[in-house]
Amino acid sequence: MTTAAAKSRMPLDPALLLVVPAAAFMLLLFVYPFLYGLLLSFNPKEGNWLANYRFFFTTDNEWPTIWTTLKLALPATLINVGFALPIAYKMRVKSRYQRWITTILVVPITLGTVLIAEGMLIYFGPKGWLSQALQFLHLYDGPIRLTHNYWGVLISLVISGFPFAFLLILSYITGIDPVLARAAATLGAGPKSQFRHIYLPLLAPGLAMCFCLAFVQAFSVFPSAILLGSPAGPTRVISIAAYEAAFEQYDYALASAIAMIMGLVQLIIVAAVLALRNVFYRGPVAGGKG
Amino acid sequence: MAAARQDLHAWFDGAWRGLLLGLMTLFVVNIGLMIGAVATSSFARRWLGTWLPEGWTTTWYTAAWKEFQLDSVLWVTVEVVFAVVFLALLIGVPAAYTLARRSFPGKRLLMLLFLLPLMVPPITYGIPLATVLYKLQLAGTIYGVIIANLIPAAPFVILVMTPFIEQIDPNLESAARVFGASTGRMFWHILVPLLGPGILAASLLVLVRTIALFELTFLTAGPDSQTLVVALYYAVFAAGVRAPQSVDAMAMVYMAVTLVWLLIALRFVNPTQLVSRVKEHPQPVV
Repeated sequence: MTTAAAKSRMPLDPALLLVVPAAAFMLLLFVYPFLYGLLLSFNPKEGNWLANYRFFFTTDNEWPTIWTTLKLALPATLINVGFALPIAYKMRVKSRYQRWITTILVVPITLGTVLIAEGMLIYFGPKGWLSQALQFLHLYDGPIRLTHNYWGVLISLVISGFPFAFLLILSYITGIDPVLARAAATLGAGPKSQFRHIYLPLLAPGLAMCFCLAFVQAFSVFPSAILLGSPAGPTRVISIAAYEAAFEQYDYALASAIAMIMGLVQLIIVAAVLALRNVFYRGPVAGGKG
Repeated sequence: MAAARQDLHAWFDGAWRGLLLGLMTLFVVNIGLMIGAVATSSFARRWLGTWLPEGWTTTWYTAAWKEFQLDSVLWVTVEVVFAVVFLALLIGVPAAYTLARRSFPGKRLLMLLFLLPLMVPPITYGIPLATVLYKLQLAGTIYGVIIANLIPAAPFVILVMTPFIEQIDPNLESAARVFGASTGRMFWHILVPLLGPGILAASLLVLVRTIALFELTFLTAGPDSQTLVVALYYAVFAAGVRAPQSVDAMAMVYMAVTLVWLLIALRFVNPTQLVSRVKEHPQPVV
């Protein structure tokens, strides 16, 4: 614990000790395994220290997994955040329906990716209610191909990701003091310009955060890519590649290397979003006299 | 001219509102039907290409209960979830307190350390973590699963609790200090009662998240330490082997378990107050 010497130099605030267990836990079980994996990835089974990374970037069914994953994760995140923002903006005002609608929109969070996959397999399946209804109404007679391909995975990412994005944006929006918008309204701003000039700038940090968190979820898509996609082909996402390396080939070094690449791509996207946010709006987020 | 433009604006506003409402309805209706399809299938005697099955039965539930050993799976799930909630609160709440009240060198770095696990895909740290846990012979045991689930849960508690603690008047703590309370006494007698609602909210949210968290449990669980969501994944994955209806019955059990807890959570937590607490104003502008 704290030594007497340290205490005599500067009185140590005992409250600081409260953060020690959490910090120690994270260092031990998050940072240490991460560094261990990083080192392991440079110790391949055979070849020099870069062999795992060279293997990943030169093998034909490995490196395209990055694009496969991005092609799923970016549209899914854009759809989720893009629709969550206007709907959450509508729901910011307290009303009788607000709590009901938010509850209904949030409930799909509990479904989880596995249940959504099972539901979609039945509902969108060849004998499912959707294709029956379309045939019954003579809208479309052909088979619906919404499972076992790209679209199935994308739809499942929207179903599981939208409630989360909505909940997060809603709590950011309702955290903005309505007095600011009211002040703008007394100066003649309609709902649209209130949104553009008051809410959007204040929301920028929250939106960036929400985009990052929603993207993490979509980027690490795993169960739905296997159950709803075609894991051998168009939806062989990077997490499948990492999983196969670890638990089918038992090559932990290669798996760690793929996991590190995955983390790196994720961090690049996060950095890009944060940079974009700075371009989009730079200035004080709290109200003040400029 | 101005009137025409106003008309156009009004029309555009109406169309936009209609579009949003339509999308919301489409989303909710389709999800409802999707769940309905699973529910119907789980009670179906035989269901092949008709609107509704030919007959109804509950045998799939007893079959699923036996086939998938749901009693032991549910017990493992309960153990894991409650251990994770308890431990996450135990290490998360004190840390959140310090982060909310004190400023010290390295605070930003510490915040980053707590934010990173939520910003990195679970598979990225799950695979190295599983490797380390295998080395320690903890992988495949329930302890390994609990440890793995704590990694996103503890930071989540910190993130939710910090704003809650920030809004508690520090003068109450100063008053307790004046009367000579130690940090520990003040924590138990002043903060914990005031934090009650926040702790309840955080624990329920962690609980719901942990039940649904798939990847980390999947990577670290062994045959005896599967939680419900992982068992469900294996059931769906090996679909051809078993009757689809019993898989659906299991899916319904899973949904019932999560839904009950979510509804309890929503009873105590207003979803809009997850990240920051709102000042209530009497008359919002419409």
